[in-house]
Amino acid sequence: MNLIFARRRARILAMKAVREKSAVKEKYIVCPGCEQECERRLVIQGMYVCPKCGYHFPFGAYNRLKAVLDQGSLRELDEKLTAADPLRFPGYWEKLESAQKKTGLTEAAVTAVGTIGGCRCVVGVMDSRFMMGSMSAAVGEKIARAIEYAANKKLPLILFCASGGARMQEGILSLMQMAKTSAALARFSEKGLLYISVLTDPTTGGVTASFASLGDIILAEPGALIGFAGPRVIQQTIGETLPEGFQRAEFLEEHGFVDAVVPRTKMKETLLRLLLLHEK
Amino acid sequence: MEKELTAAEKVAVARHPKRPDITDYINALFTDFFELKGDRLDREDAAVLGGIALYKNHPVTVIGTRKGKTLEEKLRCNFGMPQPQGYRKALRLMRQAEKFGRPVLTFIDTSGAYPGLEAEEKGQGEAIARNLMEMSRLKVPVIAVITGEGNSGGALALGVADRVLMLENSVYAILSPEGFSSILWKDASRSREASELMKLTAQDLKGMGIIDEIIREPEGGAHLAPLAAIRQVDEAIGRHLAELSKEKGSRLSGMRYRKFRHMGENLSG
Repeated sequence: MNLIFARRRARILAMKAVREKSAVKEKYIVCPGCEQECERRLVIQGMYVCPKCGYHFPFGAYNRLKAVLDQGSLRELDEKLTAADPLRFPGYWEKLESAQKKTGLTEAAVTAVGTIGGCRCVVGVMDSRFMMGSMSAAVGEKIARAIEYAANKKLPLILFCASGGARMQEGILSLMQMAKTSAALARFSEKGLLYISVLTDPTTGGVTASFASLGDIILAEPGALIGFAGPRVIQQTIGETLPEGFQRAEFLEEHGFVDAVVPRTKMKETLLRLLLLHEK
Repeated sequence: MEKELTAAEKVAVARHPKRPDITDYINALFTDFFELKGDRLDREDAAVLGGIALYKNHPVTVIGTRKGKTLEEKLRCNFGMPQPQGYRKALRLMRQAEKFGRPVLTFIDTSGAYPGLEAEEKGQGEAIARNLMEMSRLKVPVIAVITGEGNSGGALALGVADRVLMLENSVYAILSPEGFSSILWKDASRSREASELMKLTAQDLKGMGIIDEIIREPEGGAHLAPLAAIRQVDEAIGRHLAELSKEKGSRLSGMRYRKFRHMGENLSG
């Protein structure tokens, strides 16, 4: 038993180390939005938004938490909850380990309690770099526990969604996380508490068809891909190319599924405004 | 003892064109079925069939996916792949059932929610999410029967039930084996292999606690003796409904919540 704990501890420490040094890379990066070279330092300083065109780069879970929570207020929840291999799926363990090494995360979601402008709240963040932000039972459980924690402490809840869909290697258990998280939100909502869902690039599949779409208020980052079916699947089904801007945040706003498209640099102040509007 | 079919064989049986579908169950199990149409927001979606009927002389709400039997019907029903309007109609009928204290019986047989342009524009994800949330707290008994294939959130959107029953050769999964293998291995032709790995059979799912009961089928599959299969479904629904009808609404929704909240917990570590 002790050996298991020691190993787990070593792994968590190793992942922390990766997290801290991951920023040291080449000096310039090419922005996929405007295809221009940008100084990496400036992109990082600007919350991973292109200084030239405003393109939103993927934003790591801890970076995002730091960007919205007040300094020093973050306390992570269920940090040690990691995926199991319920179907004993060939190759899954190796995939998980390499995702953990690559990202320094234990799973595709990080949940925490902290303050935004002094307002206490529970914040969950999904990270698309970890196996495409796919929904495992551990991700579903972390989200459900964060919802319950917020319900018990009567705190507002903010979930930053990002997901390529189901965790294929967990099969039906991945599907069941949709029911689990949605049911937890039903109970949360009955307590009269505020849930803000923030859709980031990409939010698709089972996450869209569960907690991402159930916010009292739904925000989205500019240009984020948001949908149930992925664009490739739709294109295959209908056999035509998809219209420009289809399934982007602005498209969803226009069709009535998003309250506001909010750039990352304005996210914290927007969240604070909404939290203050709901203070009792 | 008959020989167990392989998972891939079960996928084929589950999709058999002669397998009893929702209209067969409605004709055989209920009297005075009155179809209710439309989501009151946009339009009618024939891929979801719903209405009120009498089951053993008690009113129930019946909802399910419909693939259609003739080509004309299949086209009208979009081959059983619902649009958001279909899910919203289902939710309307469930809330109506709650208002009038009627149990909800759902029949699931779908290759999934429709992945199309209009479906996305009208919020396929939101429609499914809303159903999951609202079904979890309905104050009336809910029984779901997976009669053929139950794929993706499109199936689960009718499946947050007090009892989830599965016909012996039906399958229930995150998506079709073809879709699974094309996403995971970029190769749709490995679907047989995917079927075996996905744990999509009733026996696998019962073992994992995802479903509550397996309904026996006649040897070789329900399509070979539809009436015998329907009788088995009737027996199972009758028994579970009798049990659930004894419970108070708030107790039912509490038990249903706990069931889905803790589902697969022993497996997820």
